[in-house]
Amino acid sequence: MAIETTAATPTAPAAGTPAGSATAPIVRIQGLRKRYGTNEVLKGIDLDVAPGEVVAIIGKSGSGKSTLLRCINGLEVFQEGALSVQGLPLAHGQPKAMRELRQHVGMIFQNFNLFPHLSVGRNVMLAPTLVKQRDGAAAAEQARRLLARVGLAEKFDARPDQLSGGQQQRVAIARALAMEPAVLLCDEITSALDPELVGEVLRVVESLAAEGMTLLMVTHEMNFARKVSDRVVFMHAGRIHEMGPPAQLFGAPATPELQQFLAALH
Amino acid sequence: MVDFSLWDIFRNLGLAARWTIGLALVAFVGGGAVGLALLLARLARLPGAQRGVAGYVQLFQGTPLLMQLFLAYFGLALFGLQVSAWAAAALALTLYTSAFLAEIWRGCVEAIPRGQWEAADSLALSFGEKMRHVVGPQAARIAVAPTVGFLVQVIKGTALASVIGFIELTKAGTMIANATFQPFTVYACVALCYFALCWPISAASRRLERRLAHGH
Repeated sequence: MAIETTAATPTAPAAGTPAGSATAPIVRIQGLRKRYGTNEVLKGIDLDVAPGEVVAIIGKSGSGKSTLLRCINGLEVFQEGALSVQGLPLAHGQPKAMRELRQHVGMIFQNFNLFPHLSVGRNVMLAPTLVKQRDGAAAAEQARRLLARVGLAEKFDARPDQLSGGQQQRVAIARALAMEPAVLLCDEITSALDPELVGEVLRVVESLAAEGMTLLMVTHEMNFARKVSDRVVFMHAGRIHEMGPPAQLFGAPATPELQQFLAALH
Repeated sequence: MVDFSLWDIFRNLGLAARWTIGLALVAFVGGGAVGLALLLARLARLPGAQRGVAGYVQLFQGTPLLMQLFLAYFGLALFGLQVSAWAAAALALTLYTSAFLAEIWRGCVEAIPRGQWEAADSLALSFGEKMRHVVGPQAARIAVAPTVGFLVQVIKGTALASVIGFIELTKAGTMIANATFQPFTVYACVALCYFALCWPISAASRRLERRLAHGH
């Protein structure tokens, strides 16, 4: 049963993309396999993401969803298959190629991972000044604009440890946006937050989606995934088990695994 | 027989202490530079560095400093290199210090959460930028206290250079003891000199540790 559905999925992406199949995919993943020793955690992933598309990746823990996301900017090494972002192939062990690719992919983490020794403003400015050689004044101006955008204009000189979790995560979003990425990866970005702080972060993500940012997000916020995403990917046992528009996946799940997963949430 | 007053003993020891301090400084600065290079080679995963540096550290941590001094002094002579006791002692202590500092600092770098590396990687920072702007500053903060603490070990370690004939504090003490026939008095003075050098450093290390433990 599982094998039949996964065999059918490679044809699904084109049908699922809202922009139509004419535009070139911004992220292209083909036959990706990843192993830890003999334990295969990704068993052949094919996924194309269109520009401006919002993709939610759901599934049980251990299904490989975070690993897949982390493969896209090279935080995880994979053994087989190919991955490219805006036509740039991901090449492990080639620092120059990795640096080029990572300038197109932003990532936001579950634990924010702000740099604790730098002020909020410096956190946002660091990568543009180093990697894009932007001069200090321009980088500061951009950082202020981005912090204002995530509602933290007055926190430029604050230290990360003076902020709440929700504020820290919004700074992390501003920091990722400062590199002007084409794709933003969100790895369970609200999982470490107190419930009352989840909303402020999701509102920022939602505004990004509305502005046409390409988003891939691993999330446990099913209501959010349903509301914001164009396509939902359900991962199970290292494979894309089911994929489609949110109304279809949440409304009429086809496989027993997804039915079970969704039932367990209620 | 010449009569040595306590003042004479201290005066002569003071002169010799300059060499102890000089040797410790050379070992510390040289060892710090070599240790940092070894650490960076290891962190950058240069081919063979992982195993090479680990072996180097094991070698110097697993053999007595005294043997390292002997080998530097007599071993180099065996290869036809006539080195002074000063040069041999400086070389041996530099290598010894570099091995320990490389290991101490590696621990400090490993204490930086993996998320910091991943965030820096995601922002497309190069290895050098990551070290200089993200991991380095945070690791350095943790490293201050153990590094200063190790400086005390190096200062005391210089005493062993006396066995290859380098005239520093301990060797001067032996010479004065032989001349005065008052070994207890003389060595007590020598011990006091070491204490006067090391205690302020230990105290500073403890103070730094306390201050850094209380946030930033």
